[in-house]
Amino acid sequence: MENLISIGVRSIFIDNMIFAYFLGMCSYLAVSKKVKTAFGLGVAVVFVLGFTVPINWLIQNHILNQGSLAWISPELATIDLTFLQFIVFIAVIASMVQLTEMAIEKFSPALYGSLGIFLPLIAVNCAILGGALFMIGRSYTLPEATVFGLGSGIGWLLAIVALAGIREKMKYSNVPGPLRGLGITFILVGLMSLGFLSFLGFSL
Amino acid sequence: MSTEVAEVKEVKKSEPLFSKKNRKLVSNPLDIDNPITVQVLGICSALAVTTQMKPAFTMAVSLVVVLIASSMVISALRNTIPSRIRIVVQLAVIATFVILVDQVLKAFVYDISKQLSVFVGLIITNCIVMGRLEAFSMGNKIGPSFMDALGNGLGYGIILMIVAFFRELLGSGAIFGFKVFESIGLKYPGNGLLLLPAGACIVVGIIIWVQRSLNGYREG
Repeated sequence: MENLISIGVRSIFIDNMIFAYFLGMCSYLAVSKKVKTAFGLGVAVVFVLGFTVPINWLIQNHILNQGSLAWISPELATIDLTFLQFIVFIAVIASMVQLTEMAIEKFSPALYGSLGIFLPLIAVNCAILGGALFMIGRSYTLPEATVFGLGSGIGWLLAIVALAGIREKMKYSNVPGPLRGLGITFILVGLMSLGFLSFLGFSL
Repeated sequence: MSTEVAEVKEVKKSEPLFSKKNRKLVSNPLDIDNPITVQVLGICSALAVTTQMKPAFTMAVSLVVVLIASSMVISALRNTIPSRIRIVVQLAVIATFVILVDQVLKAFVYDISKQLSVFVGLIITNCIVMGRLEAFSMGNKIGPSFMDALGNGLGYGIILMIVAFFRELLGSGAIFGFKVFESIGLKYPGNGLLLLPAGACIVVGIIIWVQRSLNGYREG
């Protein structure tokens, strides 16, 4: 249990998807102009990361890894399918995004309306695929993987809402012409990332 | 069959691969239409793999290969792909080439492949690749698609190398692992900030600032 809390806190604050690995930067920069839309996209990312990381864990450990096909028949125990990892993961993510989209549309039309175009965009958000690949690289167990997925999603949500808040205020500042827009946003992200470094010494 | 071939040849004659228009496809992304600093695509890897020049170079080459190969395949298939499922088809093509590149890197330059960790796999979701396939290859012939992919790949590579150059030189006082400051007899302790993620963002911000001051591009 302690281990799980530690992984959760690490993935939200210390190994934050944005500030430590720059994953999902494209949509992070493109959708962070308003707090409201930023929050919507963040929630969708939490959803999808929370689902896809454990599902990809199951697939990796029960289908792709060498010897993991033994549950079908012992003859298959020598097969190693790990080279298919990328293509299988991206297929899982694309279909999970589609499913999440349909589920949200059915159960909460209001949320669906406010997320709009962002849901399908999540399929190509590198934070999702990155989360799955990190989870394999660090050989987590299933509960750890679930906590890691949710934690990374929450960290991403936190980062995008914080940046959107700052950018809303930036409208009133006098930024030099060539730096306006993308340039100043990058420097802002850099400073925020520096701020998040203060969590480094933090351990549970 | 023979008439078709003749037609293709005629088209090629009227517009050779290195015509002015096609050269523009390569040169534009290097400056005024740069995928990273202007179109804001493919930022993730541009920041994450640039602490040293060697992995940055490997990453740039991998992306150029994947982009050119998938762009040409999609361009060749563009009339047979149903538009409803085009995203999935594009992802499948890209993922195939990324797997190939990943296996090659693992076989020949294992150390760098370990250093790049998940970022080779993340070429699949690199928005430059998806973006160019969607915006260009789906509507153009193989020749121009090749040039467009080459241009955008190089535009990405150049920014990657510039960022890596400053981060490695100022962060650890080296270029491609060669200790520059030590070899001319200077002591340089290395600025750790540039090796951190924060340094990468600030370097990219300044590059955008310089580039836009030079070419006059303004936003909002």
